Order: sequence, then structure tokens, then C-alpha cells
Amino acid sequence: MTTLSTKAHSEPAVYVYEAPVRLWHWINAAAITVLAITGYFIGSPLPSLSGEASDYYLMGYIRFAHFAAGYVLAFGLLGRAYWAIVGNSHAREIFLHNILKPSYWGGLWHELKWYLFLTKEPRKYSGHNPLAIFMMHWMYVWGTVFMIFTGFAMYGEGTGEGSWAHSLFTVWLIPLFGQSQDVHTWHHLVMWWIIIFVIIHVYVAIREDIMSRQSIVSSMISGWRTFKDEGKIDND
Amino acid sequence: MPETFYDVMRRQGITRRSFLKFCSLTAAAMGLSPIYAGKIAHAMENKPRIPVLWLHGLECTCCSESFIRSAHPLAKDVILSMISLDYDDTIMAAAGHEAEAIVDETIAKHKGKFILACEGNPGLEEENTGGMSCIIAGKPYTEQLRHAANNAMAIISWGSCASWGCVQAAAPNPTGATPIHKVPGIGNAPIIKVPGCPPIAEVMTAVITYMLTFERLPEMDRQGRPKMFYSQRIHDKCYRRPHFDAGQFVEKWDDEAARKGYCLYKMGCKGPTTYNACSTIRWNGGLSFPIQAGHPCIGCSEDGFWDKGSFYDRLTTINDFGIEANADEVGMGAAAVVGGAVAAHAAISALKRTQNKGDHES
Repeated sequence: MTTLSTKAHSEPAVYVYEAPVRLWHWINAAAITVLAITGYFIGSPLPSLSGEASDYYLMGYIRFAHFAAGYVLAFGLLGRAYWAIVGNSHAREIFLHNILKPSYWGGLWHELKWYLFLTKEPRKYSGHNPLAIFMMHWMYVWGTVFMIFTGFAMYGEGTGEGSWAHSLFTVWLIPLFGQSQDVHTWHHLVMWWIIIFVIIHVYVAIREDIMSRQSIVSSMISGWRTFKDEGKIDND
Repeated sequence: MPETFYDVMRRQGITRRSFLKFCSLTAAAMGLSPIYAGKIAHAMENKPRIPVLWLHGLECTCCSESFIRSAHPLAKDVILSMISLDYDDTIMAAAGHEAEAIVDETIAKHKGKFILACEGNPGLEEENTGGMSCIIAGKPYTEQLRHAANNAMAIISWGSCASWGCVQAAAPNPTGATPIHKVPGIGNAPIIKVPGCPPIAEVMTAVITYMLTFERLPEMDRQGRPKMFYSQRIHDKCYRRPHFDAGQFVEKWDDEAARKGYCLYKMGCKGPTTYNACSTIRWNGGLSFPIQAGHPCIGCSEDGFWDKGSFYDRLTTINDFGIEANADEVGMGAAAVVGGAVAAHAAISALKRTQNKGDHES
């Protein structure tokens, strides 16, 4: 039988994710889950129901859930962007980051080496590491913006001429892509792009939580980033 | 003074009663209020017929076939007399040099005052390769088109050929077939697109009637299609829509659902992405339209509909990946690859971690 070998040590902590950011993260995660599942079933519907059409409204409910979650995603992103302006500096990271700083690319390179098992320890960041910023900005933020724009363009096709979605999105976006069918195809492809982001995001968050010297998953619940040792925080 | 429409109609034995019926039906088809029936009647009684040159490029003549079947009460005699159809090689009796001379004559006589109706499109590859894909009276169609277009008051792009390119412009488009609005050097005459393969007969005649009555082009959307017929999708007004909302679909051509007339979405219906008036105006005098006959919409009035994969798949085939796939197959494949990579990475990470621990202990 082994004895517990943890020695007494201090765990420095930094408050990183403010309440609105945390709230947004989990609401947004739920919205994406609903959007991906309902979206898939709009493209490839469930097996046909028999009986009277007036007894069912299955596609109607699926589409309603998709549109409702779409609104949550869109206004969530707007709210999150607002918080990037008024919140702390960490709230800005995924939207705006100085990519001209050599230290950013140095950090990104180091993080890549860490994932390729070429270095023994990752650097420590109180906010996102440079690779995380890269992925969240390019895969997540722009992927979501794309989905919101194409999504509302198709939504406007249904609400019709004169509706805000039609005037703001449909009129210019559909001709830009060629035709409605192309917008549908791209909306599907980018759904998978976001699903791939989610796979990587969840894996990396859990892995970092276990293998690096800092908390990840619990930080998005409590807001505090704790470090498992007193080594210096690299940041950038 | 040249004959008015009304004169022509009366000469052809059409009663005033039928004439007024035609006017009110046309007003209704265009979504105008009943008072416009009077305006249409007034215009037809007083305005001289607009000269129309109807030129044919690369096409199959289905637009003409549709047009002559316009089912309005007076269609078969009057629609063709409404306009002064000075030249249409498909349906005119004349042929040869004298018939061809009419084109130049009309252009010279009515410079800037005639409507150019384009059925089909030119193959621009002729100019690059010197090959021949559309020669009319010994000259490339492109030349005839440019000459007429530069002197026209307005251009009507009949059908998907003239509007988007249609089948002859489908990949790999060997003749360089190009829709009218993209042909270089055709001048600045406004272009109205009336897409469809073919367009609905009543839509074609209504567009002409509108232009005659109001002496301007009908209101158009950003893509140049008349809003009154192309602002809604087939899906929006489809009589099978309640089955879509309920989740009742045809799964096979001969299943019970097909017999009951359920939604054809899963059979590849393009109704949700196709802007046209088939589900309201319908075809052959309002008798039916493809979905009513049990076949999914193939999206024939949409840009490049030949290149969007099978008519019977809801999701577009994406050929850029070298294999036949749709967005879901591509996405799922990519997700599986990433998922596999993540699993492998996790395994290596776990292995490394135990190794490192071993290092610490030793």
C-alpha cells in the first residue's frame, strides 16, 4: 500500500473568465449541440411518419428548435463581442490579438512542439495559449460568423421579402454564392468544420487539464485559473 | 398608325368580352389590383404593338414550345399577335435571305424601340478556337446577338439558357456557352431574366404584357428576375408542404407514402431552393406541375442546376474531392479523421506520461 505523496504546496490562481464569459460558453455549447443535431435532421430527415399530416408537426418542431438555437447563437456572439470590449483583457483574446508580435508566433511554435511531443513542458498562460487563440479565432469565431450569416440568409428565404432577415442577409448572400442550394451545401460543410473544432476543443481542454501545470475545465466553471506549481507564468 | 393589340384581336375574331377577361386575368396573374385590368385594356386598345425580335442561340426551343401553349383565354391566337413578332425563325413561315433580312430591317427601322427576346445563348469559345457551335444564316450567332442587343430597348432572357447558361454551359462547357448578361459587348440595354427550363407560359406572356402596359420593366430582384413570379420558392407554396412540416416523406418511388402524395424532399426535391411560380400558377392551364405529378422539383430555374449533383439527392454532390460525396459525407469523413487523430494523440500522450513518470521514479 502506498501513502499519499502530495507535499504541501501553494497553487497560485488568477481570475480569468468573468461570469458573462462563462455563462456564454455553456449556453453557446448547448446552442451548438442543438443546432448540429437539428440541422443534420433538417438535411436528412428522420424516417417518414404515416397517418394524418395534421396529427404531426415533427419537421416543424425540429426547424423551430434550429431557428431558436440559431438566434441564441447569434445574439450570444453579439453579447460576447460586447463583453470583449467591456470585459477584462482575456475576454478579448479570441477576437483580437496582436499577431505582429514575434512572441505570439514563438509561443504558437512552442505549443505546436508540445503537441508533437517534441518538448517536455508547455508554457504557462493565465489566458489562452497562442495556439488556442489561433484555433478559436480562425476555426470558431469565423466559423460561427459564417454560420450566422448563411443561416439567416436561408431563414430569410422562408420569412420572405420584407422581413429583416431577407433584407439584411438573403438579398446579397444568395446571389454571392450563386444560388440557394450552394448556400445549403456550404452551411452543411461548415457545420462539420465546427464539429471538428468541438472535437479538438474538448480533447485539448481535458488533456491540458491533466497534463499541463494549469487548470482548464474547472476554470470555465469557476473562472479561476489555478497553477499546480509556483513556476513563472509565461503569458506573452 | 400601326395596328394596336385590340385591333389585332378583333381582327382575329375575339370578342370584346373575351378581351376584357384576358385583361383581368393578366392583372391577377401579375398580382395587380383589379383596377389595373382597365389600364391593361386601355393600353392594349391604344398602344401600337411593340416590335420584337426573337433570336435563338444554343437552345432546345422548349421556351418557344412553352410560350405557344400559354393557356390564357386568348393565348393561341392572340399572344403571338400581341407583340409584333417580326422575326422568330422557329415559328415564322418565311425562310431564306429575305427572312433573315427582316432582322436588319427591324433593327434599322425601330432602333432603340424594339424588344430583343433571347432564347438560348452564344458559345463564346467560337471566338477563341475558331470552331463553330452556333451559326445563323452563315454568321456566328454572337455577332447577330451583339448587333441586335446594342440597338434594343430592352432584352428578355428567356429561359435558363439565356438567364444562366443551362445544360450547354454545364461543366465542362465545351462551347463556352455564356448567359446573355455575361456576354461582352452587348451594350447597356436592361436585361430581364425569365429563367426556367422552360419558363411557365403565363409568366412569359405576363412579362410582355407588363412591359407593354406600363412601358417599363417589371420590378426585379437582385438577380434580374421579375419579383412577381420569382420572389418565392416552390416549397413556400407547395400543396405538399403540410406533409413536410409533419415529417411525412416519400422514401421510395413506389411506397405507400408516394401513393398518398407525401413530401418529395427525400427524393431530392429542390423546391426549398428554387424560386419559381410553378406551385401557384402551375402548368398546362393550371392543370398540374412536376410535384403534383409525383416527381421532385429539379430546380430548373436556378443558376447552374445541372452541376448540383443528382436530381434525386437532397444534398449536393461535391466533386472537388475527387470522389462522389455530399457535404455530410465529406464532413463526417473529416470528423472521423480528426476523431481518430485525437484518439491516437490521446494514446501517445498517455504513453508519454507513464514514461515520464517512470523517469521520475527511477
